[in-house]
Amino acid sequence: MVQLTQGPDAAVEGNPTADAHYEHPHPRKGFFTDTSICIGCKACEVACKEWNRNPVDSDYTLSNSSFDNSEGLGADTWRHVAFVEQDRQRVEEARESGRALVSLGMPTLRAPGGGTGGADAGAIRPSARTGARSGPLDGPIDAGLVGGLQAGPDMGGLDVLSSLGSAVDSSAVDITPPDTPEFRWLMSSDVCKHCTNAGCLDVCPTGALFRTEHGTVVVQDDVCNGCGTCVAGCPFGVIERRKDGIAQPKTDRSPAPGVHAEKPSKADKAEKADKAEKPKKNKNSGVAQKCTLCYDRMTDGQTPACAQACPTTSIRYGEREDMVVSAQERVAQLHAQGRTEARLYGANPKDGVGGTGSVFLLLDEPEVYGLPPDPRVPTRDLPRMYARAGIAMAGMVAAAGLAFLGGGRR
Amino acid sequence: MANADCIIIQGSNMAEAHPVGFQWVTEAKARGAKVIHVDPRFSRTSAVADKHVPIRAGSDIVLLGALINYVIEHEKWFNDYVVAYTNAASIINEDFRDTEDLDGLFSGFDPETGGYDMSSWSYEPDRAAHSGNPGDPGNDGDAAAEQDGAEESVEAAGDQYGMGGPELDVSKPRRDETLQHPRSVFQILKRHYSRYTPEMVRDVCGISIEDFELLARTVTENSGRERTTCFAYAVGWTQHTVGAQYIRTATILQLLLGNMGRPGGGIMALRGHASIQGSTDIPTLFNLLPGYLPMPTVEKEDLATYLDGIASKKQKGYWANADAYTISLLKAWWGDAATEENDWGYGYLPRLTGPHGTYQTVEGMMAGEVEGYFILGQNPAVGSANGRMQRMGMANLKWLVVRDFQLIESATWWKDGPEIETGELRTEDIETEVFFFPAANHVEKAGTFTQTQRLVQWRHQAVQPPGDAQSELQFFYEVGRRIRARLAGSTDPQDRALLDLTWDYPVDEHGEPDGDAVLQEINGRHLTGPDAGKHLSTFNEMKADGSTEGGCWIYTGVYADGINHAADRETGVADGPAGKEWGWAWPANRRILYNRASADPEGKPWSERKKLVWWDEDEGRWVGNDVPDFPVTLAPGTIPDPEAGGPAALAGDDAFIMQADGKGWLFAPKGMVDGPLPTHYEAQESPVPNVMYAQQHNPTRVTVPRSDNYSKPSAGMPGADVYPFLFTTYRLTEHHTAGGMSRWLPYLSELQPEMFCEVSPELAAERGLEPYDWATIVSPRAAIEAKVLVTERMRPLRIGGADAQTVHQIGLPYHWGVGGDAVVSGDSANDLIGVTLDPNVLIQGSKVGACDIIPGRRPRGTDLLDFVAGYQRRAGLTVDSGNEGVTGTGEDAGPEADPMAPPEMTSARPHPPADGPVVPHDPPGPLGRKPRPRDSQQPSQQPSRQPPATEPRTGRED
Repeated sequence: MVQLTQGPDAAVEGNPTADAHYEHPHPRKGFFTDTSICIGCKACEVACKEWNRNPVDSDYTLSNSSFDNSEGLGADTWRHVAFVEQDRQRVEEARESGRALVSLGMPTLRAPGGGTGGADAGAIRPSARTGARSGPLDGPIDAGLVGGLQAGPDMGGLDVLSSLGSAVDSSAVDITPPDTPEFRWLMSSDVCKHCTNAGCLDVCPTGALFRTEHGTVVVQDDVCNGCGTCVAGCPFGVIERRKDGIAQPKTDRSPAPGVHAEKPSKADKAEKADKAEKPKKNKNSGVAQKCTLCYDRMTDGQTPACAQACPTTSIRYGEREDMVVSAQERVAQLHAQGRTEARLYGANPKDGVGGTGSVFLLLDEPEVYGLPPDPRVPTRDLPRMYARAGIAMAGMVAAAGLAFLGGGRR
Repeated sequence: MANADCIIIQGSNMAEAHPVGFQWVTEAKARGAKVIHVDPRFSRTSAVADKHVPIRAGSDIVLLGALINYVIEHEKWFNDYVVAYTNAASIINEDFRDTEDLDGLFSGFDPETGGYDMSSWSYEPDRAAHSGNPGDPGNDGDAAAEQDGAEESVEAAGDQYGMGGPELDVSKPRRDETLQHPRSVFQILKRHYSRYTPEMVRDVCGISIEDFELLARTVTENSGRERTTCFAYAVGWTQHTVGAQYIRTATILQLLLGNMGRPGGGIMALRGHASIQGSTDIPTLFNLLPGYLPMPTVEKEDLATYLDGIASKKQKGYWANADAYTISLLKAWWGDAATEENDWGYGYLPRLTGPHGTYQTVEGMMAGEVEGYFILGQNPAVGSANGRMQRMGMANLKWLVVRDFQLIESATWWKDGPEIETGELRTEDIETEVFFFPAANHVEKAGTFTQTQRLVQWRHQAVQPPGDAQSELQFFYEVGRRIRARLAGSTDPQDRALLDLTWDYPVDEHGEPDGDAVLQEINGRHLTGPDAGKHLSTFNEMKADGSTEGGCWIYTGVYADGINHAADRETGVADGPAGKEWGWAWPANRRILYNRASADPEGKPWSERKKLVWWDEDEGRWVGNDVPDFPVTLAPGTIPDPEAGGPAALAGDDAFIMQADGKGWLFAPKGMVDGPLPTHYEAQESPVPNVMYAQQHNPTRVTVPRSDNYSKPSAGMPGADVYPFLFTTYRLTEHHTAGGMSRWLPYLSELQPEMFCEVSPELAAERGLEPYDWATIVSPRAAIEAKVLVTERMRPLRIGGADAQTVHQIGLPYHWGVGGDAVVSGDSANDLIGVTLDPNVLIQGSKVGACDIIPGRRPRGTDLLDFVAGYQRRAGLTVDSGNEGVTGTGEDAGPEADPMAPPEMTSARPHPPADGPVVPHDPPGPLGRKPRPRDSQQPSQQPSRQPPATEPRTGRED
């Protein structure tokens, strides 16, 4: 596969496992969430909860936000699908802002935190594949959907380095936009970003949060003491402490009809007693919780539950470098179709969190989806803060000294 | 679908209701296909389509008819395909009169019966050709799509017109391959749709001319030799009073464009849930036996009479062997007890006395004619139209068995249903004894699912069912075993049918019968001869002499060579686009039906890009990437012996091998009870008059005039404006049909917790509806409450041309029901819907209803009844409201109103019961047009050439 060369410090910035000093480092794993093919089915949300046995996060009333009734990521909801209804004007604005990202020749050369471009890495370069606009692929359906979308062997010629560093000449690409729809309904599945520089991990005083060998960030439930420092440390508002509750169907499937879980029949009790894995009340209550990128599944070589359940491959999982390449390919493809509203989020190693393990293809500004346009890890400013504090201290000392010196002889 | 260059999704919310199948649309899009969604609402499907075209619910035939007109006007049809493979060149006899001539009626309409005599629609025979085919039974194959789509009762409705007489059934019609003869199907078609113009689409459907042009251009540019377009539909097309004709319209369009039998073409009927296709193949339908053999009626005294009604040995195609299929079925069921002497046990089969669909059965309950009721895998108290009728019917039973995962509303209506709240029912007065049996779910039992592509897939058991939960297989096996034990030793001849059954499936230690053994029985075996005991490989091996058995002829081959091919799991690319090693598709593992049409008459692929099967001159056989749906050695250009029957009568270019004439039917000379060509009629509760014809409604629709099933007065009649808005119902991804599999699950319930309605900002302003506050929706039958989602995804449409009116459409998901056991509950949209049925298949029209909407919650208790009755009084509703038959001038329909129509048919007009307010127990009234005795000639039953889409047993849950 293509090697993503990200510059001299990429070894550190792009591969956070290096910091963790694993003896046998694994490739960094991540998601690529392509919101342009999300159908808003929420299978990811349900699969995530099922696999991780997360509690219900609802009072069973509408949340007054289109079809979104889970509202956001939290301790109990680790995948969240946003639904955004937009009119034509907003679509045109998005198209314009996306085009501007390309024409500016950024993204990676721009200084971190430079406006809305800080978190994106819309490196555009039409490859042979994407250049063949709307040319349907003939022949057999090979290897299913992923095969159809994934970067194929012909990616070998793609010079990612130069494409990262230079603007695409937009005149070389047919970007006649399709008819602008009068209306659109954006759907996007959000998840923990598994940042290169993870704020939650940096500030955790107990070591409960750790960097896995796959470059992801995971909470150790049994170590976390629930102090909550990480909650403020996450620039995305992902991590939260769990209040209470477990996944308990109101009507547990029991032998006698109508017997609810609270008052099981004798047979049911006996059966339950046999079950080693009895649901515990308030599992991980008070403990910080967030997406583990299905660390347990990953360790066994399996795909995380959400990506496994996604019917349209909107959520893809794999080595992070491949994900970024696929994402760049897809943005280039959409731009080639005139859909210049497409842009990447989280693929830029120079952004405020050093890039994220979960990269996204968005069709509008990040704010529209409830994502921070310019996330910054709080600890990123620490050296400067310390430096400034040092200067201030030195100044104070100097002032004090001066005071002594100046007034000593009075 | 992944091979399509263009996909039109219409009458379906595919991304939401079929998210897993939608992967193929995503795949096609990734390959560059255009996707257009035509739907009243902007749904999640629209969000990922290239274009959403809003349409007024119930006007699809105008849009599709206009596409047909566009294709003809702009000369976009695929001429070589049309001439060779369709009946475009066939000449219709001179008695035929079109709706253009009779203002909305075809010739042959009998106002007394409300039905058609089809004799004037038939082909003109080719006198030059050999005419010795008198017995040609009119394999009205075209009805195939609808007929098994027909599910709910081809027989009950369609069959009554199936008599036609031999002279109608001309399998060798006169042809004019220049398509210029004025009575050629092509010219009739052209005239019929000549007024279906873009302007008419604008005025009737509310679709702009630009949007129409875009749609028409996209479809035609992506059809032809090199490219194919696919249509996908679901119950948005079927659940109308002209539902079957919606699909017919698309069929005509796809045949004209040459999109049938080719990769990426076709019309995909998206089935409502797992194995609904399977439940029509091996049916839960009252009118069918396995493999689309008809259920015998009381008139079919013996096997010979029964078989005569299916097919003659002289006709073209595989139905000629129906005797072998039937006798093998009887051998599978009754084994050694089925002998030639006892007519192979034919006498054991129950006989139909009339239609026994869902709604007739409910009617029977209310009339006290039905004592007991099994409910399996459905929740009619929530999922069927006019839910109140369903519940009141169940309240009149002696016993009720509910098998489900949870205590669904159909099991609890007697204690916490809506009628308990209004006081119409009191628990202590209800005599129905309700039994609940917990059911095993799909991971707790082994068996098969058959999906929309006819693909049979084996499903392995993952865990044992908890507690007393059982599979259906075990439940019915046990019921049968216990009944047989009760009857043991009986000498009553009536009991022989049960006692002689082969009821000997091996069971495991949990008492679960072996599903694999059942599949083997379905596949069939040789019983005698050198291969005795071996599995059959194809249905061609079935014999009519009792030497073979097989439970469903179209499934024969699924266990060929003793291997369960439903469990095949090869995903490799080696076998081409069809993926033939994954599961097994009936018939004979063919993935695309009629795939002979993927090659030209000479047997060469139409194009390299779209090749599928072709004639290999050297090998002398059909080869390709799919199993050829054609006699494998029948060379192109073969002219059959005119005396031949069955498969031997097929010509080398008769690509549509199940049709009596081997051609795809643009014009249906027989089989569709409401006309040979789809015609636009307004829905039962349409807000607007029919501007196409004086005939407002489908004149042959089945009405149910009862005081608990009022209809809105027809548009323009007094009182019609009391219910000014149109509502349409649909599904959400988060829930499953009537909620039995989702509203009890917290993870799903939290994603869509409350019943809501979707309205446009304009309607919200007009009615003072506040976002996310409550609204009350009242129809001529009931009133419900729902939270309000104000969204631009709902758009008001301007309908009616010069004096256009604004039509507001209200969207209602139908997943919620009233009860105390689910995690989330709410009012049921289906309570609003009335029962008026399509005449071909008896599906209810549930996609267009009339209502009013006001802010606030609905009244409680008896106040609710007063509220609904108040609206009914204001509208002046009677049982006749909206139930007019002929409204045009066409009563003098045609030259030959059939004098031979049997007298039984004259009871067709609804018989109005006494009018009155809604009362708890309605006086038993007749259900619509009374069932008519079946005629001697069946419309032939055929395996589905397109998967069925409506579902009688599950009512509107499909």
